[in-house]
Amino acid sequence: MRPAPTGPAPTGPAAPRLAISNLQVRFGDRPVVQIDEFTLGEAEIAGLAGESGSGKSMTTLAVLGLAHTVGATVSGSIRLDGTELTTRSQRELRKLRGKHIAAIFQSPAMAFSPVFKVGQVVLSALRLHGMSKADATEAATQAMRQVLLAPDLLDRYPAQLSGGQLQRVAIALALALRARVLLADEPTSALDVTVQAEVLELLRVLREREGMSVLLISHDLAVVAELCDRVAIMQAGRIVEQGPAAQVLSAPRHRYTADLLAAVPRITAAGTGPAGNGAAG
Amino acid sequence: MIEAPSPTAIPAPVLPRGQALWRGLRANPLLVAGGLTAVLILVVAVAAPLLAPFPGDAGSATHPFFVLRPPSAQHWFGTDQVGRDVLSRVIYGARISPLVAVIVLVIACVIGIPLGIAAGYFGGWVDEVIMRVTDVFLAFPSLLLALALAAVLPTSLTSLTIAIAVTWWPWYTRLIRGQAASVAGRPYIDSCRALGIPAWRIITRHVLPNSVTPLIVQVSLDVGGVILTASALSFLGLGAQDPTPDWGLMVSEGQTYFTTDWWVVTFPGIAILVTAFAFNLLGDGLRDLLDPKRSLLP
Amino acid sequence: MTGYVARRVALAALVVAGVIIATFVIARVVPGDPAATWAGPHASAAQVAAARRFLGLDRPPLVQLLAYFGGILSGNWGLSIHTHQPVLSDIGTAAPASLELVTAAMIIALAVAVPLGLVSARWPGGLVDQAIRAVSILGVSMPIFWMALILQLVFSQRLHVLPAAGEYSPGLLFSHPLAQRTGFSLIDATISGNWPMLGSILVHLVLPAVVVAAYPAGLIARMVRAQVLDTVSETHIQMIRALGFSERTVYSRFAMKLAWNPVAAAVALVFGYSLVNTFLVEAIFDWPGLGSYTAASIATLDTPAILGVTLFIALVYVAANLAVDIIQSVLDPRIRLR
Repeated sequence: MRPAPTGPAPTGPAAPRLAISNLQVRFGDRPVVQIDEFTLGEAEIAGLAGESGSGKSMTTLAVLGLAHTVGATVSGSIRLDGTELTTRSQRELRKLRGKHIAAIFQSPAMAFSPVFKVGQVVLSALRLHGMSKADATEAATQAMRQVLLAPDLLDRYPAQLSGGQLQRVAIALALALRARVLLADEPTSALDVTVQAEVLELLRVLREREGMSVLLISHDLAVVAELCDRVAIMQAGRIVEQGPAAQVLSAPRHRYTADLLAAVPRITAAGTGPAGNGAAG
Repeated sequence: MIEAPSPTAIPAPVLPRGQALWRGLRANPLLVAGGLTAVLILVVAVAAPLLAPFPGDAGSATHPFFVLRPPSAQHWFGTDQVGRDVLSRVIYGARISPLVAVIVLVIACVIGIPLGIAAGYFGGWVDEVIMRVTDVFLAFPSLLLALALAAVLPTSLTSLTIAIAVTWWPWYTRLIRGQAASVAGRPYIDSCRALGIPAWRIITRHVLPNSVTPLIVQVSLDVGGVILTASALSFLGLGAQDPTPDWGLMVSEGQTYFTTDWWVVTFPGIAILVTAFAFNLLGDGLRDLLDPKRSLLP
Repeated sequence: MTGYVARRVALAALVVAGVIIATFVIARVVPGDPAATWAGPHASAAQVAAARRFLGLDRPPLVQLLAYFGGILSGNWGLSIHTHQPVLSDIGTAAPASLELVTAAMIIALAVAVPLGLVSARWPGGLVDQAIRAVSILGVSMPIFWMALILQLVFSQRLHVLPAAGEYSPGLLFSHPLAQRTGFSLIDATISGNWPMLGSILVHLVLPAVVVAAYPAGLIARMVRAQVLDTVSETHIQMIRALGFSERTVYSRFAMKLAWNPVAAAVALVFGYSLVNTFLVEAIFDWPGLGSYTAASIATLDTPAILGVTLFIALVYVAANLAVDIIQSVLDPRIRLR
């Protein structure tokens, strides 16, 4: 388990990139998300952890303004760099999507349309947000190099790329768009462990080099512990505990958090124990 | 004797009951409309002698003084070229088309289902042979093959029915084969086989129940198709002969007079349209009702 | 890629062989003695026997089949009883007009059905969706021959906006005769710059093409709706939305691209079906295609002609399916990369 992150310290409440308060996402009468307070600061990696069905993915959709596409209604406040998103029209939100707030999804093989070359999607998106064809190609090539992929992979179909490669292309897209906030919805769940580490490293690099704020959503506490500065634990749509990652994961205050941690199998030199003990390895 | 565990492990698509059924019907007004119309047509067919004002006109009666009269109070649909009441003939026609459809589909199922089960369940060369033969049949558009057969057989409604049935069974073979193959491939079935359960029991207990719903949907969709095919062939002169009150035949007979006496062609044609439409709505609606993925609700 | 194509072609060839055998079998199903029919009702026994030898019916069935096979492949499809011409040449004369008709009908059907299907998928369950659905099902429930008669009556006889019958205005036969180059009237008119003729053909094409288009339009609209609805619930569409694309683009560009695949397959399937539907409308509109030829053949019980047309259309059908298989593998790379 690695010790506390050595990157730039989170700026905390001074200038939150994303501020969620009193957010309620409902299917008809049934609430699936009820978040009183959650912020994501500049160049910070925050985690939303919890088991499947706890409402984490719905939160992503709500932030993007896409909750209605699955039939859910949203109330409350979501502020992106001070701008209130819940009152914006779809047209205005579309300008923000991709450009200011990007998203990568769980199953990269399913996130890319199978009948388009990945480069086609990337270039379309870049040109949608105002780049000329030449600039877009240049930006895409640059971004691919930054994620350590050969730019000619853009010419391939999703079926020809591995899960890890596809996820990197998704990250490259976010990079090329110069998004300020990245919502990463279970980005590593569908990947092998070794590939997971690479993707997580990339996310860390994004934060350190580009100053991107990342909201990491995951059911995998190991991943959360590995990457996040702060973490919020979700249960049945509510945040039951949040704070600095090292603290929450080593000294949980809420019963549910403790249960989650206990459920994670850990192999340490000193035998099994809760995550975040700073044991060797 | 060791009995295989009850077939609850393999869920078959079920007809929603009670509340769910009511909600499904409410969301699907077209299904209800189609279903009711279809039932109405069948009622008309059965009650033809009671409903038709001139039952004799459905047979070989002729009325030389009433030739080609436009629709009136006495003859709601007018009279045809030998003076017969078009309304009565249309009503009696409702007996012919659905009957042909029923016979065709029964034959198609009787031939197609066992072949499909054999192909899907046993696989291997049995599957290959059956499917290649099916492919050849399916290479012909149904109307075409039925047309060719009907043209070489002596012209009658029976020949037409046989001709259409011959072209229709391959679709059922293909449908059932898919179901049988997907069931046969499940590990559950392997254990059944290992326990020595005879094939026929596995088939009746697991394969058939899974196939019932897609079969129902396919049959209700096909009724419309068969009716259109049959009326088309009769129109071409390959099916029923005068004086049988077959709708397609009536349209064909009325063609010559159409520009001046529009009713002889129009009403039988509407009958074909409404019947096919009703059964197609029914089939389409059933498909939506029974397959939640394709439902209208988002 | 070539491996995939080779496999599909081999399979198609197998089906074609089966089709030829099937028509052979059908031809032999004719009740009565073909030799006696050929020789005539007053023939003597010797004449009937001679006819049998002439028709090759005295040879064992397998030899007959092989002879038939050889004949088909070498272009001998028999002689039409009522035109006294080789069936294959009759078909060659009549087919282009029908192919033009069906192609025009497909274009109309796609132009109408794809937008309707997209609109249906965009607002599923709503009133517009229900209405489009009803109209689509009406399209596939339509008795084609009746629709042809009705439209002819309304638009031609009563409203006088469209011509009743024929391929072009008869007067043009003298003032602007059509140079026969490819046999396809539309192509011939275009390449010889015969604009009056081209216009006339197009105007005459409208009614029959609309009638033939009814069934494909209904089918394609439903198919597009179903495919697009399936697609938009998938993750990659959410990704596209998350990138900021408008709903309109999401549906018409991204969701539709995936839908083209099954739609293309449906078009091939329905092409053969529509080609047969022309049998029902060509006689009514006096359109000089396969349909008119077949209708006449049926009336005279011209078995070789009927079987020749059956074989021809089955071959077109197999070819169309093969073409679609290949096009599908281009449109959806997953197929050839498998």
